[in-house]
Amino acid sequence: MKPPLFDYASPETIADAVSALSSNPGAMVLAGGQSLVPAMNFRLASPSVLVDLQRIPGLDTISIDDGVIRVGAMVRHRDLELDDAVNAVHPLIREVMAHVAHVPIRNRGTVVGSLCHADAAAEMPLLLVLTDGAVKAVGPKGERIIAARDLFQFHMTTTRDADEIVTEAHFPVPGTGAGLAFDEFARRHGDYAIAAIGALIEKNGDGTVSRAALAACGIGDRPTRLAASEAALTGTRLDDADLEAAVRAARDEITAPDDMHATNAYRKHLTGALIKRVVAAAAARAK
Amino acid sequence: MTQRVANVPVNAVSPDPTATVRLHVNGEEVERTVSVRMLLSDFLRHELGLTGTHVGCEHGVCGACTVMIDGRAGRSCLTLAVQANGHEIRTVESLAGPEGDLHPVQEAFKDCHALQCGYCTPGMIMNVVSHLEADGDLDLTDEGIRDMLSGNLCRCTGYLNIVSAVRRAAELTEQSHTEQAGG
Ligand SMILES: Cc1cc2nc3c(=O)[nH]c(=O)nc-3n(C[C@H](O)[C@H](O)[C@H](O)COP(=O)(O)OP(=O)(O)OC[C@H]3O[C@@H](n4cnc5c(N)ncnc54)[C@H](O)[C@@H]3O)c2cc1C
Ligand code: FES
Ligand code: FES
Repeated sequence: MKPPLFDYASPETIADAVSALSSNPGAMVLAGGQSLVPAMNFRLASPSVLVDLQRIPGLDTISIDDGVIRVGAMVRHRDLELDDAVNAVHPLIREVMAHVAHVPIRNRGTVVGSLCHADAAAEMPLLLVLTDGAVKAVGPKGERIIAARDLFQFHMTTTRDADEIVTEAHFPVPGTGAGLAFDEFARRHGDYAIAAIGALIEKNGDGTVSRAALAACGIGDRPTRLAASEAALTGTRLDDADLEAAVRAARDEITAPDDMHATNAYRKHLTGALIKRVVAAAAARAK
Repeated sequence: MTQRVANVPVNAVSPDPTATVRLHVNGEEVERTVSVRMLLSDFLRHELGLTGTHVGCEHGVCGACTVMIDGRAGRSCLTLAVQANGHEIRTVESLAGPEGDLHPVQEAFKDCHALQCGYCTPGMIMNVVSHLEADGDLDLTDEGIRDMLSGNLCRCTGYLNIVSAVRRAAELTEQSHTEQAGG
């Protein structure tokens, strides 16, 4: 239960951090350490070099402009959760974050670290996917924007190159009038979700749904949008039959095999119940 | 069937890399040269002899190792000593006064019989102190307190007395603030 041997680097610029990554095969980025250090204690991860981002200035800022919340790589979960300006424009962030681990873990773990860790049952990747967010990655070839839909490949794997550092996450501010909601089922408070659903609903003047976005985590090998369910809800008045149709349309997306937490059949049941509950909650908030 | 050999990167690691770290622990500056893979929990216990910080699971789940890092509760088993370099650490040893007079949270745990074996207690207490010192109102409903304690496991008490102790600690803290303001 102690980490294996590694070399430690504590660069003070992004350029130095990138070169430490690209010149050392097997090097890994260290942010809050709340996923990586346990993995090292278990000897599931054994990086050659740990590249600690904490001494690079400017990575701990949150800004809101052009309708986008930009979260720097060293912003801790707890700082985003408690940010009142963020809460004023995107209250779902605070609601979702209450489900991420416990306060002492959120005091140390970072939002960007959670996205890079990309656990298939993690809540923040779901939120990024739900709202069509993105991350900015910087590597030896320069910087690029990776859209949420292209970022998550499978459990704990992203399309980030090994020598790229994600410097910020971009969470778009939802349009005025959009209703958003989230809920999850977990065995104990603070655990990863066995199944979780996030929904964004926009309505026309006549009360029909003009846009529905649904995202799930815990049910497959990555956080995913439920496109068929979204289509089933668009244009409807969210009657019971419409919600049932959305639940049926999601069934093929629930691919997680039976594990010690739940069977696939139970996950299908949970996902169905959550879709109905979360869509109704989002619709009630839509204006 | 042939099996492909995984392309595992070769670790080019020095034999036992060390670093000199300087931390503020319970108000004092300490400097040690330690292995870079030393956990903060082991640094506190083995380098500084501060064995009040307990170690249960070493993967962030039990909360026994919780200390305050820059004024906020954090897991010392999920923090490397090198990560804490230059930062301020408070452990349970910092709470009682020089004459052994207890901190309000310790007093409340004693009054409410909120410990049996005491293994979880230092982590519980540092987490509660961190919440009481944070800005903003605390949710002192049973549900709110249970949420606050959700990252600290206790195998003995059944939690009921710990929930009461947190409420009592909040009262004692409130009282001492009013007394200070009044006197
Ligand atoms: C007891 C416990 C319960 C938890 N419960 C939950 C939960 O319910 N839901 C949840 O979502 N999470 C949970 N977590 C994980 C927690 O949210 C982590 O903080 C988060 O997953 C990782 O953030 P970090 O900053 O600690 O990253 P680290 O642990 O430092 O890094 C995680 C991974 O991301 C990479 N990485 C980090 N930052 C960058 C970057 N800027 N660029 C490139 N790569 C990077 C690292 O190399 C590593 O592979 C839990 C953790 C614990 C210990
Ligand atoms: S020892 Fe650190 S959380 Fe269990
Ligand atoms: S008092 Fe024994 S573990 Fe809590």
